[in-house]
Amino acid sequence: MGKTLSEKVWDDHVVRTADGEPDLLFIDLHLVHEVTSPQAFDGLRQAGRGVRRPDLTLATEDHNTPTLNIDQPIADPVSRIQVDTLRRNAREFGIRIHSLGDLDQGIVHIIGPQLGLTQPGLTVVCGDSHTSTHGAFGAIAFGIGTSEVEHVLATQTLPQARPKTMAVNVNGELPAGVTAKDIVLALIAKVGTGGGQGYIVEYRGSAIEALSMEGRMTICNMSIEWGAKAGMIAPDDTTFAYLKGRPHAPEGADWDAALAYWRTLRSDPEAVFDAEVDLDASQLTPYVTWGTNPGQGVPLGAAVPDPEIFAEEGDRTAATKALEYMALKPGQRMRDIHVDTVFLGSCTNGRIEDLRAAAGVIKGHHVADNVRMLVVPGSARVRLQAESEGLDVVFKEAGAEWRAAGCSMCLGMNPDQLAPGERAASTSNRNFEGRQGKGGRTHLVSPLVAAATAVTGTLSSPADLSGSR
Amino acid sequence: MDAFSNHTGTALPLRRSNVDTDQIIPAVYLKRVTKTGFEDGLFAAWRNDPNFVLNLPQYAGATILIAGPDFGTGSSREHAVWALQNYGFKVVIGSRFGDIFRGNSGKAGLLIAVVDQKIIEELWDFVEEHPAAPITVDLVSRQITADGFHTEFEIDDYTRWRLLEGLDDIGLTLRHVDQIDEFERRQPGYKPKTLPAKVASTS
Repeated sequence: MGKTLSEKVWDDHVVRTADGEPDLLFIDLHLVHEVTSPQAFDGLRQAGRGVRRPDLTLATEDHNTPTLNIDQPIADPVSRIQVDTLRRNAREFGIRIHSLGDLDQGIVHIIGPQLGLTQPGLTVVCGDSHTSTHGAFGAIAFGIGTSEVEHVLATQTLPQARPKTMAVNVNGELPAGVTAKDIVLALIAKVGTGGGQGYIVEYRGSAIEALSMEGRMTICNMSIEWGAKAGMIAPDDTTFAYLKGRPHAPEGADWDAALAYWRTLRSDPEAVFDAEVDLDASQLTPYVTWGTNPGQGVPLGAAVPDPEIFAEEGDRTAATKALEYMALKPGQRMRDIHVDTVFLGSCTNGRIEDLRAAAGVIKGHHVADNVRMLVVPGSARVRLQAESEGLDVVFKEAGAEWRAAGCSMCLGMNPDQLAPGERAASTSNRNFEGRQGKGGRTHLVSPLVAAATAVTGTLSSPADLSGSR
Repeated sequence: MDAFSNHTGTALPLRRSNVDTDQIIPAVYLKRVTKTGFEDGLFAAWRNDPNFVLNLPQYAGATILIAGPDFGTGSSREHAVWALQNYGFKVVIGSRFGDIFRGNSGKAGLLIAVVDQKIIEELWDFVEEHPAAPITVDLVSRQITADGFHTEFEIDDYTRWRLLEGLDDIGLTLRHVDQIDEFERRQPGYKPKTLPAKVASTS
């Protein structure tokens, strides 16, 4: 019997296996940020332990960092302490850090791929649930808690029970204006927020193969939003072309050796998955969420559902509570929903391709009255790249705010937050109650929908803009 | 970590599904650099409501949380576990949990007891009727008992053993450091290293 992609990568990282115990997995790359690491470093100090492999560890500042005035000390004293603590820990334990103001600073899941550190066949962890992003390269990548961060720092390994395997087959051609974000939002609406629990998922099929690395990262990024342990995509020529020439990509004979190994990282034809899900890409339209979890989504052309349509009582109660929080009524057309804020950014949709797509829509238009649009590049280099292409000018001329890199309004740990009752169209990953600011209301959307929505002030697709220029 | 064999206390019924870790503790409360003091952030968005279950006097001092399905989904923040522990909870009983939250709980010594959702409904009814009734959660026998109420719960054998023994995970792994050394020696040279740092010459 053949092996699936995830089984191949998993088996290549088992340091030790024993009956009745989880496998001990070796970790190839450990990414660290300021929020989930301070207690882990404290734990090391208390136990008199060091970092086993600083050369497999990389730190950056992203969650707390402001997106304005980044040349000045962080104004919030508590945020400043957390960032300073990371800097001190990095210095004490000899860990490479890209700090605010550094060219390679940015959201941890943007800078790993950008530096070429994220590669096929690796195990990648970070104290952040969106670590699943890196699975787009054919790596096993998953989020961990602070106790596990300490474990990896001390041992470069993690005890992990072997997950089950699932294939998500996405075939057919995506219609124009439909993106990777819509694929994953439609998928989560179909399978529910718990649908992937206990599985490493492999996204495959012609629609996945047709995606750029940016699109693949968007899909893998949101694996955690339907409960999956990790999401992966088999590496192919698109992956190799993205990696070639990046600072940490192998060179010369190393490249050839790595490539030979990477080409083996595909599920064998006779491999059997524990579960399979099919999605027809050709039937998809732009997706938007109406509720307070990422599974509560519908096509943009649809209406807010009536909670009574749900078969299970728990779902009915959840939908009723969500509509109350979101201040929406069953039957209301999604396109009639007014927003106050549009957020373009995050580890889900803060890469250069996302900014290009949104700029293409907004060029020549203006952000609607009473709407503010925040554009937050995922990394300092994405920002520079966008500026070199003039995208910052496009956004600024349209009336959007052009900011410095970080997690920003995705989770509102810095000053970029929604006010109570404020409604946002957001390219981020979570529409949880209060996620973007206490009392804030979030609709998850693609970058194309975000840009069109900024122009009209109501949830819209680029097609809605024709003639309004 | 302290060993855990059994716990007796009163319980609090949280009749909500999909309580993600952002609800357990919002991001703005995550800025502390210690493992203590997170109780103020626990369910912060709901605490202003005097009718929120945490504010009801009959449940004051409860140490067992009876949660709805898909509790602890979303963000990996272990602060969610610390907030529950800092507030005084020792056990969370539920039917389905987010994977990372469940793992974090096991590492931090918060017992996650899994039972069928039907049992959760029975427990919610029982606790609402008898809020002062002591409930015992016994990890040795995997049983939950109260006056007139009895059920078994699920927990994986490895986590149960670690909790019962109060073992330090890192210490356990370091017993096998020879195997880690050996694994590292076998790694191909093309695998990436973060040091020495390489960066692009231009943007």
